[in-house]
This record gives sequence, C-alpha cells and structure tokens, in this order.
Amino acid sequence: MSDKNLVLASDGTSLKRSLARSLKRQKIRALLLIAPLLLFVLLTFIAPIADMLFRSVENSIVADTLPQTVKELASWDSDSGQLPSEAVYAALARDLKIAVKAKNHTKLGSRLNYQKTGTSSLFRQTGRKIKKLDFENTPSFKDAFEKMNKKWSDPAVWQTIQQFSNKYTDGYFLAAADLTRTSSGIEEVPEDQRIYYTLLLRTLSMSVTITFMCILLGYPVAFLLATLPLRSSNVLMILVLLPFWTSLLVRTSAWKVLLQNQGVINDFLVWIGIVADGNRLELINNVTGTVIAMTHILLPFMILPLFSVMKTIPPTYMRAAKSMGANDFTAFRRVYFPQSIPGIGAGSILVFILSIGYYITPEIVGGTKGVFISNRIAYHISSSLNWGLGAALGAILLVVVLALYWLYDKFVGIDNVKLG
Amino acid sequence: MKIKTIMLGTAAIAMSATATLAEDMTIVSWGGAYSASQLQAYDVPYSANTGVNIIHDESSSEAVAKLRAMNEAGNVTWDVVDVVAADAMRLCDEGLAEVIDHDTQLADAPDGTKATVDFGDLIVSECFIPQIVYSTTFGYRNDLVGATAPTSVCSVFDTAAYPGKRALQKSPLNNMEWALMCDGVAKSDVFDVLATDEGQSRAFAKLDTIKGDVIWWNAGADTPQLLADGEVIMGSAYNGRLFSLIVEQKQDVSMLWDAQVYDLDGWIIPTGLSDERKARALDYVKFATDTQRLADQSKYISYGPARASSAPLVDKHATLGIDMAPHMPTDPNNNKNTLLTNYSFWADYKDDIDAKFQAWLIK
Repeated sequence: MSDKNLVLASDGTSLKRSLARSLKRQKIRALLLIAPLLLFVLLTFIAPIADMLFRSVENSIVADTLPQTVKELASWDSDSGQLPSEAVYAALARDLKIAVKAKNHTKLGSRLNYQKTGTSSLFRQTGRKIKKLDFENTPSFKDAFEKMNKKWSDPAVWQTIQQFSNKYTDGYFLAAADLTRTSSGIEEVPEDQRIYYTLLLRTLSMSVTITFMCILLGYPVAFLLATLPLRSSNVLMILVLLPFWTSLLVRTSAWKVLLQNQGVINDFLVWIGIVADGNRLELINNVTGTVIAMTHILLPFMILPLFSVMKTIPPTYMRAAKSMGANDFTAFRRVYFPQSIPGIGAGSILVFILSIGYYITPEIVGGTKGVFISNRIAYHISSSLNWGLGAALGAILLVVVLALYWLYDKFVGIDNVKLG
Repeated sequence: MKIKTIMLGTAAIAMSATATLAEDMTIVSWGGAYSASQLQAYDVPYSANTGVNIIHDESSSEAVAKLRAMNEAGNVTWDVVDVVAADAMRLCDEGLAEVIDHDTQLADAPDGTKATVDFGDLIVSECFIPQIVYSTTFGYRNDLVGATAPTSVCSVFDTAAYPGKRALQKSPLNNMEWALMCDGVAKSDVFDVLATDEGQSRAFAKLDTIKGDVIWWNAGADTPQLLADGEVIMGSAYNGRLFSLIVEQKQDVSMLWDAQVYDLDGWIIPTGLSDERKARALDYVKFATDTQRLADQSKYISYGPARASSAPLVDKHATLGIDMAPHMPTDPNNNKNTLLTNYSFWADYKDDIDAKFQAWLIK
C-alpha cells in the first residue's frame, strides 16, 4: 500500500498500526484473564502428564549410579564373548562403594532387573559384600567380584549394563510393543511373553463393542426422553441419572451379584426352566461380563448428548415429512435420524474414550479374557513399580486415541459433534 | 453471610489442623478386620499412654507406589506403614524405608532376649519390623466337595475327584509353587526348578489342566465371598479371612492347611520424616511390636505373632471366647506341610514370570 493512501488515526499514527496495537492489547488482556486457569491446567494437568510420559524414555539411573564403570565399559566389545577388562571391574568397585553408601545400588538393581532377570539380587548381594572389600589389598577386582557372585563373570550382565548406559532408552517402548533388543537387533520376545499387542487389540475391539451397545440401548431411551411429555420424561431422566450418581464400585459389585453362576439371573433362568441347573450361563469373569457392566456404566454418557441433540429437533419436521407421504419409518430414517447423528458422534467419542481407559470394572468382572490394557498400566504403576513401562504403554494408548480422533475428524468431522 | 461462615470455618479447621499437627500420627494399614485388630491391640493403649492422636489410612495395598510418589514430591505424610515383607524389601531397595537397628530400636523380650533373636529369621530385610505370620492356604465348601474331603493341596489340581470351580490368586506367586509340587517336584527343589525356563513351562502346563475351572481373585475378600456364594468349591485365601468366614460368619467351610505358604507382614518407617516424627514413629513401633502387644493382637485375628516369646501368650478370642491357638497357621496340627515365601527369588523373578503368567492368562 502506498503512503498517500494512508489513513491516519487521531494521534497521527497509521490506522492500521493503531488497530493492530489495540487488538494486541485486547489479546493480552484476554490472555491475562485466562492466565490463572491456563497456569492451573498447565501445572496440575499438562505438566504431570508430560513428566509421567517422559519416564518412558528416561534412563539416567545407570550413568548416574555407575559413572566410572559406564565410561570404562564404553570401549568394551560386547560381541567378543570376552569379559570386560580389570579396569572396568575396578571402576565398578569404586562406583558401587559410593552407591552403597547412598543406597542407590538396589534401585539400579531393580531397574536392570526389568531387562535381565536376576540382576536385582545380584546388586543387593554385591552391595552387602562390597562393604567388606579391602580396596588397598585387592590384587584383582575381577576375581573379587567373581567370588562375590558368579554372575559377574557372565558377559550378558555386562551387555545389559552397557546397553542401558545411555541417558535415554527405547527399551520401555520396545517392551510395550512385545519387542526386545538383542545382540542381533530388535526381535520379538518369545511367544509365551507376548501380551501387550493382544491386550491393545482387545481393548480397542471391546471398546467399539461397548460403544455400539451403548448406541443400541441409548438411542431409544434418548428418543423417549426427548419426545415424551415433560412430566413423564422428567421421571425417566431421574432413572437415567440415578445410576450415574451411584458409586462405580457399587454398580460393578451389583453386576457381580446379578451375573455370577449362582447369581440372580442364572437362578431365575433355572427357575423358569430355560437353563438346566448343571449348565448355568457363564456371564461373568469373561468378555460378556465386562461388556455388560461397562455398557451399563457408560450408558448415561451416550444418552445425555443424544438427548440434548434430539431435544433441538423440531417435531414439526417429522409431521411435515409424514404430510408429504412418508411412512413412520421413512420419516424417521430420512428426516429424524440424520439430524440426531451429531449426538451419536458426541456420545460415541465420550463412551469410546472413557472405556479405552477403564480398568476398575474390567478388573472386577473381566476375569482373564475381559481385561484391558489399562489394567496392565495400573499394575505397573502401583504394583510392579515399573513406571517406565507403564508410561510407555500410556503413551501408546494416548497416541492411538489421538489417531482415532483424527480419523474420526477426517471422516465424520468433529464439527458434527454436539455436546448440547 | 454464608460465604463468610464457610471461610471462617475453613480458617478454623486449618488452624486447628496446624495446632494439633504435633500430636497427630498417620498409620497406614490394610483396613477391615486386620486394622481393627491393630486398633484394639496397639493404637488404643498407645494413645492412652502418650496422648498421640492416631490417624488411620487404609492404603497398604498401594503403599509402595504412593510412598515413591510422596518421596519424589518431597512430602511424606505417613509415619508408620504396614506392608508385606516383599514390599518392605522393595521399599528398602528403593531407599524409601528407614534402616532399623532391631536390637537397639525395638523392645527386648520380657526375659531379656534381644529382638533379633526373638524375631529370628523373620527379619527378612534391614528395614522390616515383623509383626505377624500369615499364610495363604485353601478353604473348601464341605457340602460341595463330595464325600471325601480334600486333604492335600493337589486336590486343587484334581478336577476328576473334585469337579467345580476353584479360586486362585491372579498372580504367579504361590500358584507356581503349588503347581510344581503337585507335578512331582520335591518341596526343597521347587525354587531351583522354577528358576529355569523348563520349570516355568512345567508349572504352566500343570496350571493348564485346571485353567478352565479357575476364577482368579485380586482382593483378599474375594475368595471368602466366592465360597459363601457357592461360586467355587475351594479357593486360596489368607488364613485370617478364612477364619472369619468359618468361625465368625459360621459358613460351612473348612481349612485345608496342606502346603500353606507362610508370609510375613510388618512395619516400615518411611524415609524423609523430620527427626521429631521419626522418633515418634520409632516409639510407636517399639511399643506395638513388644511381646505382649503382638500376643494381644492374636485375640482379634488368627495371625501368628512374629515374636517367639509371644507364642505362649496367645489366648482366647476377645469376643467369641474360643481358643485361638488351633486357628493359628503355626499350630502343630496345621503346619505339617508348609512353605515359606522365597523373597529373594521373587524379587528377581517376579517381573519375568509375571509377564509369562499374564501372557498365559490371556491365551
């Protein structure tokens, strides 16, 4: 734009700049207004998640605990089949002496035990014995270590230390994908140890099943809620919300009572003679149990968005369609249903994403075949303390969910989602 | 007006919280009948003696993870924590539990025996203060097992003689040992065999024979419930839970003590406490693990006191008035065939075998 066309503001600066300045001021003000919330979300939500996910690659413990050993070991050729040199053993002795004082050696032992079974006790035992080692009068540290524990003369132990001496590792992610790194490259773990791939697939397929069940059961209920007169729909709404307000554990345990072998449903079926007493239905501790209980628990998350969308569809549309000759079904299929799709989308996303991360209900009613990958994440976080692997599994789950969300947006469009 | 009241109320609570902080102590345990027994035997007399107000937290099942998180956050809010021996070892390994000098920091037996001698080899970790011996054993429904009641742990693997569901813990611990013992491995060789890949496969092959008949449990209360409902004909459980099912709730269930696996439960003191809090925690633990207190606890629950000197003091149940000795896992009639959890083995092999166990479960 040329100078002569310039429009000036009252203070003599160009209008464009003045406008930009005032817009900028507005933006800063808006930012300041949301700053407390933004900070709160950053500090209490984003930062902890980022910190937890970071653990899936973080591995400074080996280099921090055994700094000299790692340095000496760098030049050792792990494929040679030879043991490392005396210098490495001497460095290990010095490192361990310091580590034992700080009580870090056992921590390192349990870290390396994830990679190589038996390392935990190796470090614990060696830690006890190294205190008595006389550094001045040890002719050969190699012999001294071998005397402490014969595992020190196993090259595989040294390979593990060398392999995990970097500050960052892909070991957790490999483990989460049922892979392992051997001297000949990345390989699948033996078949009897592969679990995560199966679990991930099962989690996804069961979540899809649960979502469909929720649509199937939730749609008619939401339709009734939206079309019944206010008085009766309010009662129905309370019936939908009541379980929503009941504790998750109570509802899950109730399903246990209903579904188990000697439970209410089986007793009833036997009583009316549909099922023989010796041939009761297996409704719990399997996939069926998980699908039933989780469908029930997540149903309100489908009904409520559906209801809020259906409420906005004017009843006159259906009447108009019928007046133009459509029968009930056609009117529903061509006029009502397409308008309710945003509700289905919103409900499905909610139910699917919630169910993918569920673990309490599957743990209680799922038996062995009805558990999710989140059950393993919970196990690694609270029981085995392998937080790195838990974080890697969590990261994978997060990426899968984001990818599915992206796919959904591409094919259905996130603008088609309406939460109310 | 209303908001003002709430704010004043909050301020008052906050102030009273800081005022009483000095006399509060948080003790973490397992909840249920077990915590109740500790309350009666330890906490009530301790509070009466010292005026310390004890706050109870029932988080022992996730104590290890929570302590680690607290330690990383630099804010340890627990003073004394009740954990199983394996967890105590892990906490000690991670530097999350204080090392205890058992002889100087714990009470001597009444006859002057030092604590290390009195507890003997139950001190499985330098951070661990033993409290009780419990066992994982089987209970069975008298009316559902047929004419001949099971006498051996191998009945669990005998679906021909004892058809029906059985409950086992969803964990490789104990199950692998029982499977090998019933596959013909001598008790003394079990852990040597289990350390090998072939041995593990052998145990899984044995478990395979009953896989379709097993309901896997997670929580200690599961098996008693399953037995009471008639969902299973037999199942493994902690002996104290079965005791309360049989004796207190009078269900038609019996104990199969054969091949019971002893395990230990006890106290640890978290690291990172202030000197004052640490001293108080030690004072509590010294009181709670003396000979009389440990014997007192067995009036309320059928777990064996960890001190040798407490055994002769085991008395009658506090409310039922029955003799507690015959219900103890250590009673001569019950301990004819026992196994002690091999802590160092499981510390090494748990991750590995558990991965295989989980893979086996979902197959």
